[in-house]
Amino acid sequence: MKSREQGFGNREQKTEIRDQDADRIKQLLKRAIPRMGDDAELDRDLWPAMLQRIDHENVRRGARIPWFDWALAGGLVAFAAIVPRTIPVILYYL
Amino acid sequence: MRDEESDVLLRFRQGDVDAFETLFRLHQRSVFGWALRLVRDPSAAEDVTVEAFWRMHQAHARFDPDRGFEPWARRIATHAALDWLRRQKPESPVPPAMLETTAASATGDAAVSEEIRRKTLMAFTRLPARLRATALLAVVEERPHKEVAEALGITVPAVKLRVFRALRLLRKDLTEMGIKP
Repeated sequence: MKSREQGFGNREQKTEIRDQDADRIKQLLKRAIPRMGDDAELDRDLWPAMLQRIDHENVRRGARIPWFDWALAGGLVAFAAIVPRTIPVILYYL
Repeated sequence: MRDEESDVLLRFRQGDVDAFETLFRLHQRSVFGWALRLVRDPSAAEDVTVEAFWRMHQAHARFDPDRGFEPWARRIATHAALDWLRRQKPESPVPPAMLETTAASATGDAAVSEEIRRKTLMAFTRLPARLRATALLAVVEERPHKEVAEALGITVPAVKLRVFRALRLLRKDLTEMGIKP
C-alpha cells in the first residue's frame, strides 16, 4: 500500500517536473520568436500577382501535351517497330 | 448585405472570376496575416497568400458556402504555408527576417542571451514542419487550440500532442547543444 502511494507520489512529481520543463521551453521559444500578433500589414495589393499566376498556369496548361497524345504516339512507334512495312503508310498520313 | 455575400460565395463556387476577385480583395489581408504567422517572412507570406488563393481558385467547386469562406481560406493557407515550410531545408540557417524581428524585441530582454536565442531558433528550424507550424500558432502566437485545430484540419487533442512533441524535441536538441532549459 505504502509503495503504491510512493509510486503515485513519484509519478505526480515527475509530471510536475515535466510541466515545469515544458513551461520553461515555451518561455524560451516565446523569447526567441516574437509574436506577430494581429497588426501584420500587407504593403501592396496582391491581385495583379494573382492574375499573373492564373495566366501563367493557363499558358502552362495549354502547352501541356495530354496523356492520350503520348499514348497514341507510343502505340504508333510500337506498331511501326513490330510491322516495319507500315512506316511509309504512317508517314504518309502524318 | 447578407444576401450579397452569399450571392458572391455562390458565384465563386460556380467559378465566377469576378466573385473570386471580390473574395480575394476582401480576404487577402487576413490570409496574408495568417501566412505570415507561419512563415515569418513578409515576402514568403505574399507568395504563400497567392499560392493559397490559387488553390482556392482551383478548388472552387468543392467550396461549401454554408461553412463560410474565412475558415476554408485559412485552412488552405495553412497547408500552403506548411508546404513552404517543408521546402525549407532543415540545415538551412535561420531566416534573416526571423532574426531581424527577434533582435528588435530581444533588446529589452537581457535575460535571454544572444547565444541561447540563436540556438533555440536553430533547434526550432530543425523541427518537422507540422510540429513547427503547430508550435508557432499555439505557443508563440497563443492562438486558441480550437482555432489551430481547425486551421490544420486536425483535432484539439492532436494539437496538444503536436505541441508536446515539439517541446520535447526542442528540449532534447537544446540539451545536446549544451543548453539546459
